[in-house]
Parts: sequence; C-alpha cells; structure tokens
Amino acid sequence: MRKLVLAISMLAFAGSVASADPILDRQALMKERGKIAGGLSKVVKGEESFDAAAVLTALQALQANAEKFNAEALFPAGSDTGDTTASPKIWEDKVGFNAAEDKLLADVKAAVAAPPADVDALTTQLNTIGGDCASCHQTYRVKKG
Amino acid sequence: MPLLRKLVGAVLVLGGVGAVAGWLLSAPVRLDAETVAQLGPGDAARGKRIFYAGGCTSCHSKPGSQGDARLQLVGGLELKTPFGTFVPPNISQDPKDGIGAWSVENLANAMLKGVSPSGEHFYPAFPYASYARMNPADIADLYAFLKTLPAVAGKAPANSLSFPFNIRRGIGLWKLLYLSDQPVVPLPDGTPGPVMAGRYLVEGPGHCGECHTPRDFAGGTKKNAWLAGAVAAEGSGVVPNITSGEGGIGDWSEADIANYLETGFTPDFDSVGGAMVDVQRNMAELAPEDRAAIAAYLKAVPPHPNGYPPRKKPAS
Repeated sequence: MRKLVLAISMLAFAGSVASADPILDRQALMKERGKIAGGLSKVVKGEESFDAAAVLTALQALQANAEKFNAEALFPAGSDTGDTTASPKIWEDKVGFNAAEDKLLADVKAAVAAPPADVDALTTQLNTIGGDCASCHQTYRVKKG
Repeated sequence: MPLLRKLVGAVLVLGGVGAVAGWLLSAPVRLDAETVAQLGPGDAARGKRIFYAGGCTSCHSKPGSQGDARLQLVGGLELKTPFGTFVPPNISQDPKDGIGAWSVENLANAMLKGVSPSGEHFYPAFPYASYARMNPADIADLYAFLKTLPAVAGKAPANSLSFPFNIRRGIGLWKLLYLSDQPVVPLPDGTPGPVMAGRYLVEGPGHCGECHTPRDFAGGTKKNAWLAGAVAAEGSGVVPNITSGEGGIGDWSEADIANYLETGFTPDFDSVGGAMVDVQRNMAELAPEDRAAIAAYLKAVPPHPNGYPPRKKPAS
C-alpha cells in the first residue's frame, strides 16, 4: 500500500506537467485514474491488506484526479480524430458526457466524505465507481485495433 | 432456330429445377420429437442462470435500461449492420406484443432452430447459431424463468434490411452452411470439467463468438479464427481478440479473466467498455464457478492473431 501512495504522488506530479496535446493529456489523466482504481481493487481482491489511511489517501487522489477533468480543455472540437479511442458521441452529446463525469466525481466525493472502515465498505464504493467507469466507456469510448 | 429454342428451354428447366431445389433446401426445419421430449418441466431458478449467461436483456430490454428495467424485455434496440438494421423484438410475457403465448416448444424451436411459431426463419442477428449448441433442458429452464418476468405491451419497430437480405426464406440456405449443434473447439477425453463447462457457456448460451469472431462473406463466423476478435458487426470500432494469440489476452491469468467478468476491470486497471458493459453486468450475475469455467475455456482455445486489421496510425 505504501508503494501505491508513492506511485500516486509520482503520477500526480507527472499529471501536473501538462502537454500541449489534449489527446495525450486526457489519456494521461485516464491512466492515472485507472492506476488509482487498480490499487484500490487490489485491496478489494485481498491481494493487499486493508489500511484505512492508505485507502483514504487513494480515494482523495481519485477525487483530485476527477476534479482535474475539464471536458472543454481535454476534448476540444477537432480532437475526435487522430490516435484516440474517444467516440464521436462525446461531441454529439456533451450534456450526457458531462453528466457521466459529474456522477463519477459525486460518487468519489461521497466515498471520501464517508471513508470505508473495512474491505466490504470499500468493495461497495469501488463497485459504484467502477460502474461509473463502465457506463461512460459504454457510450463514449470506441475500441480500436 | 431450333438450337436457340433448345437452349432457352434448357435454361428454363435448369432455372426451374434450381428454384425448386432452393425452395426445398431453404425450408424452415423444426426440432425433431426426440429433442422436444428432452425439454422437461423446466425450473425457473436454474433458468435465471441461463438468462444471464445468454445475456437476453442486453438486446431485448429498452436501450439504456438500468436495474429492474432490464427485466422488461420490450425490445427496440437498433443493431446497425452492413445487412441493414435489426431490431430485437419484444420477448416479454405480453401475449400479443411479446411471447407470452408461446409454448416451451416454440421457444426451443426459436433458439435451437431459428424458426418462429408461424414457421418462418429468424434472422441470425438473433444468435441461434450459438444457442443451437444448448441443452434442451436449459431452454425449458429459461422458459420457466421468462415466465416470471413482467408482460410489457408495445411492439418494437420492424427490421429494415436491404435486398437480398430482406428475403427471409434465403436464411434457410444460410442455416445449411452455419447451423450446427456441434461444439466449435474439439476437446479430448479427459479435459478438465471446468474447461468443458466453459465451452458450453461460451459457445452456447453466452454466444461470445457472435461478436468476438470475424465473419466470412456470407455472415457466418470463421471457425478457423474463433474468438480472434473482429471488426464490430454492429456500431463502430473492433471487438477484442480473446484468444491467447498475438494481440489477445494471453497475458491474462484465469483469475484475471474471471475478475474482469465480475468487476469490469482489466488487469491493467482499464474498465470494460462498449457493448461489453451490458455483457459484463450479466456475467457478474453468474456464480463464481461459471466465470471460472469461462476463463478456463478461454485459456484452452487455440490461439489466433487478431481477426481485425491493425489500427491505422494517423500521419503526424
């Protein structure tokens, strides 16, 4: 778990160095998000022991990540082409896209506000958060070869 | 002009014979009595498992449904394919708009033979080419479970297909080529039980190959590239290679696969996406041993390289 916290702080640092390419920026943000969720999922799976403080740190990092999400800056018009798996639906349905992101932020904030005391509580929270990932990727991402 | 007349006559005769042969060959074939006898009484609790393994709700609930609304099988999703747009129908228990008036034999003929109660072919967008591998008793269980779901009125719009695919009778010829109750991947005697169980779930009710296997010119799955991934037949993008071949999931452990089906997280902490989101929700409803069986089978299928072309990198 200490490794996770260290990795998160490094990622957070890397994430703060923004590049000029919105596609790379948003991919970096998503990668960071996945890493944090992945660390939490290790605890849920029992591969790492539950440490309430470390879990809270990870959830806070997830909140910071979600707050950095700025759809206008990360998905500007014209960034639907190139080396991206973003679905055109992002630009066709901005309201729905923003709502999906808002739901994730709200769910993460709720988890931070009521930090899980045990693995079961974390499992429930991570299921909600993971459901948010899936719902958004269902509509707004396209798998490419 | 006797020669010409003879020729015309020969063409007419041949054409006539061909038409008659085509008509006979394309006739819908129902289940034989022996299979019908195997249906049995059906058990709703067991049928629930088949319902989620088969993912009925992914196509037959109203698009975007969440929670209990996914059990309202009113149809209406649009599957846009190169053949035209398929619209899964209402299969709720409504006797008029749904299948509430169907007998268990009707359901078995639909799922195992692709034949409607009125004796017409169903289009194979309804994945009976996979369901044909199912045990009749599982169909009866599914029937019993469907009976516990709500009746919802309302007909889904009709399919909208281009010629010649709009001629239903032609599907009879397609079935001669592709409809079989035999397993795709032969497994030797002594294969571990979970692998066998996984084969049944994946190749039969789970119908994974319908999206994860590339199709040939006539729309049949290419058995020599089984589960190798494919250009999406519906929507855009690709469906991933789930064999252990290059580009596939060879570096996923069985536990990784089972966990993905349960939680929607890949080993590298990406999340499930696209049409697989609904599928994964269904897989999460299965028992752990069923997900483990699917994983065991996927590790046992022959590896293939990706069944779709590599992504074109944009010129920079």
